[in-house]
Amino acid sequence: MAASHAHDASAFTTDHYYVPHQSYWPIIASIGLFTMMLGAANWLNGGGVILFWIGVALILITMFGWFSTVIHESENGMYSAQMDRSFRLGMVWFIFSEVMFFAVFFGALFYARMYSVPWLGGETDHGLLTHGLLWPHYEAAWPTGGPERIGGFFAPMGPWGLPAINTLILLSSGVTITWAHWGLIEGNRAALIKGLAATVALGVLFLSLQGYEYVHAYRDLHLTPQSGIYGSTFYMLTGFHGLHVTIGVIILLVILFRSIAGHFTPQRHFAFEAAAWYWHFVDVVWLGLFVFVYWL
Amino acid sequence: MSTASPALDHDHDHEHHGPARGLKRWLLTTNHKDIGTLYLLFSLAMFFVGGAMALVIRAELFQPGMQIVDPHFFNQMTTMHALIMVFGAVMPAFVGLANWLIPMMIGAPDMALPRMNNWSFWILPFAFTLLLSTLFIPGGGPAGGWTLYPPLVLQTGQAFPFVILAIHMMGVSSIMGAINVIATILNMRAPGMTLMKMPLFVWTWLITAFLLIAVMPVLAGAVTMLLTDKYFGTSFFNAAGGGDPVLFQHIFWFFGHPEVYIMILPAFGIISHIIPTFARKPLFGYASMVYATASIAFLSFIVWAHHMFTVGMPLAGILFFMYATMLIAVPTGVKVFNWVATMWRGSMTFETPMLFAIAFVILFTIGGFSGLMLSIAPADFQYHDTYFVVAHFHYVLVPGSVFSLMAAAYYWLPKWTGHMYNETLGKVHFWLSVIGVNILFFPQHFLGLAGMPRRIPDYALQFTQFNMISTVGAFIFGLSQLLFLYIVIQTIRGGAKATDQVWDGAKGLEWTLSSPPPYHTFTTAPEVK
Repeated sequence: MAASHAHDASAFTTDHYYVPHQSYWPIIASIGLFTMMLGAANWLNGGGVILFWIGVALILITMFGWFSTVIHESENGMYSAQMDRSFRLGMVWFIFSEVMFFAVFFGALFYARMYSVPWLGGETDHGLLTHGLLWPHYEAAWPTGGPERIGGFFAPMGPWGLPAINTLILLSSGVTITWAHWGLIEGNRAALIKGLAATVALGVLFLSLQGYEYVHAYRDLHLTPQSGIYGSTFYMLTGFHGLHVTIGVIILLVILFRSIAGHFTPQRHFAFEAAAWYWHFVDVVWLGLFVFVYWL
Repeated sequence: MSTASPALDHDHDHEHHGPARGLKRWLLTTNHKDIGTLYLLFSLAMFFVGGAMALVIRAELFQPGMQIVDPHFFNQMTTMHALIMVFGAVMPAFVGLANWLIPMMIGAPDMALPRMNNWSFWILPFAFTLLLSTLFIPGGGPAGGWTLYPPLVLQTGQAFPFVILAIHMMGVSSIMGAINVIATILNMRAPGMTLMKMPLFVWTWLITAFLLIAVMPVLAGAVTMLLTDKYFGTSFFNAAGGGDPVLFQHIFWFFGHPEVYIMILPAFGIISHIIPTFARKPLFGYASMVYATASIAFLSFIVWAHHMFTVGMPLAGILFFMYATMLIAVPTGVKVFNWVATMWRGSMTFETPMLFAIAFVILFTIGGFSGLMLSIAPADFQYHDTYFVVAHFHYVLVPGSVFSLMAAAYYWLPKWTGHMYNETLGKVHFWLSVIGVNILFFPQHFLGLAGMPRRIPDYALQFTQFNMISTVGAFIFGLSQLLFLYIVIQTIRGGAKATDQVWDGAKGLEWTLSSPPPYHTFTTAPEVK
């Protein structure tokens, strides 16, 4: 059926579009997601946190089981070139949705800096009433904790210490993962494994430094998510980015273990490419963070 | 064919397999027809839940003063009615149609990612359990309106995290569903099915799926900031901390405006199938329909602030959003023109799907015109937050989106079930609906122009008569949907045998299959010439 599509069918052992018959994993995932959300809502309402972690555990079990199934199907040659394209499209559009998610928080940052803070400082007739009636002494500046300095005094996070080092780390990890990819394409498995291990190590190093930076921010700079709009955008953007790096590291670890187990061929290694795409996406988001959150 | 967990995954000779038996079939299914059915039945259930809430609203508004419910519960009803109808009824119904129809229309064996397809659906019942449960917890459900504007929405009690996290789940479901649709359309078309040969329902869904992936994460980001503002002390929407509540409105409507096209573009696709069938002429201006759909989708990203004219914006902003909004009338006009031109000198017959389709064209256009009125910023200062707005968006959503769904149900039910529906009852349902919906919503234009605000449980005496008429229409419309339910059940259970072609003027791959189609279709792709 897929023969007319499968230009590079030689790399695949089947021409057939694989439609799995039935699966328990999606319904377990739904129950897990529900448990996690119900638990999180209870937690936020001051209840216990156990339900939330049960949900997280269910999701993790699902991911392990679901991906194992897919990996085994793939390794047993059940996927055609057309199937491969479905996975690629899925990953591309998933990353696009992630781009839009981060765009919201960047948008909030730009809006605050371009509009809300200057308006609160009395710029243009938009700010006149709010500024004049509520906070006549507030002068627009960035970084700011807002007219009422919610969260108290704080010092902003400068760009040229840890953040610059972290930028170098992530950029280097982009190089090491490309090195790994070349190793894979050229059939050099040692380079593949070394490159992946280096990428994982750089990711972990990045996360450790981010953790250290948070401790520094809380302890020494008194910078918290309560520190007005600066603290809000700072923690929202770096926090969600850190979460995505964590996910990326876990993905890369799986790919590393699979590479050690002998998976992937020079022609056929979509899972590796998906992980690499994701990692580059996380990298590019960081560059945006470095420029707009830390630097400018 | 061994798998990691043979006990958990059954993938033996999947080709000529019939459905499994019992509950497992529905819980574990990866079949696009099963999942389509689940989506459609779920959305039908939500249509009645949300409809019951609408009747509570209309019953309370039958006369001035407080009669039936207290104001707080009234506000919960308006909020929940909107959330349920948007995310629970209209959107899943279109996804259900996409599941059933897209693989059959493009000659694909199934959706591109069948297991993820199951997950997309089964998130929804859980998400709506979470949402509906808030009606029963201390403090009640969300009552600040479906737009969730801060700071009002931050006064929600214990329901708040439930609502936010339910919306997150719906977003996850929508995004995965949309990814599946795009992957299916771009990768699974039969040989010869070029993009410009695709049926319009497929085209409109391709563009809708793009809109969904672009804006559902935006809603997710917006509600995440609400959550952190309430529980973690952030200041995104708090001016004292340097934020701005208006920022939420910008972000929400950057999602919200494409969202209204998410709820209407697939409807355009459906109507573009039904009118040619019953006019027995090919669709007039196929290519212009595709380009008009794409233009509407593009424009939907640059008009969001027309929901915020009264909030306070620089004049240049108001003018930009006003003119950009008016531009949408051009591609929409192209579509209406094409539908009318398709009917021009056609050999028309008026079976139930065609009746709903024609009513769609007329009544949706009325909703479009009131939208044009609202886009005029100086006029909008008067209309904003009045019943005129309520009348406008209900005209595009009820005799618009919902009528298209009814039309689709009557049009494809014989294909899905193998039985013809009862034509007489179908026509009765149509006339009750079309009369009821106009009695229900047309007077609301007058109420709005006379100054009645929306989202209030009580009103000044001079609005009484139109409110009474509207409520009578609401009950006619609402109760006649029970007839629809009866017709659907009757058609599923039996009835005259439908032919494979069903409608003599129908064109497309789905009509080459038997009625009902076998469990797996197009395991070998057809050749499209």
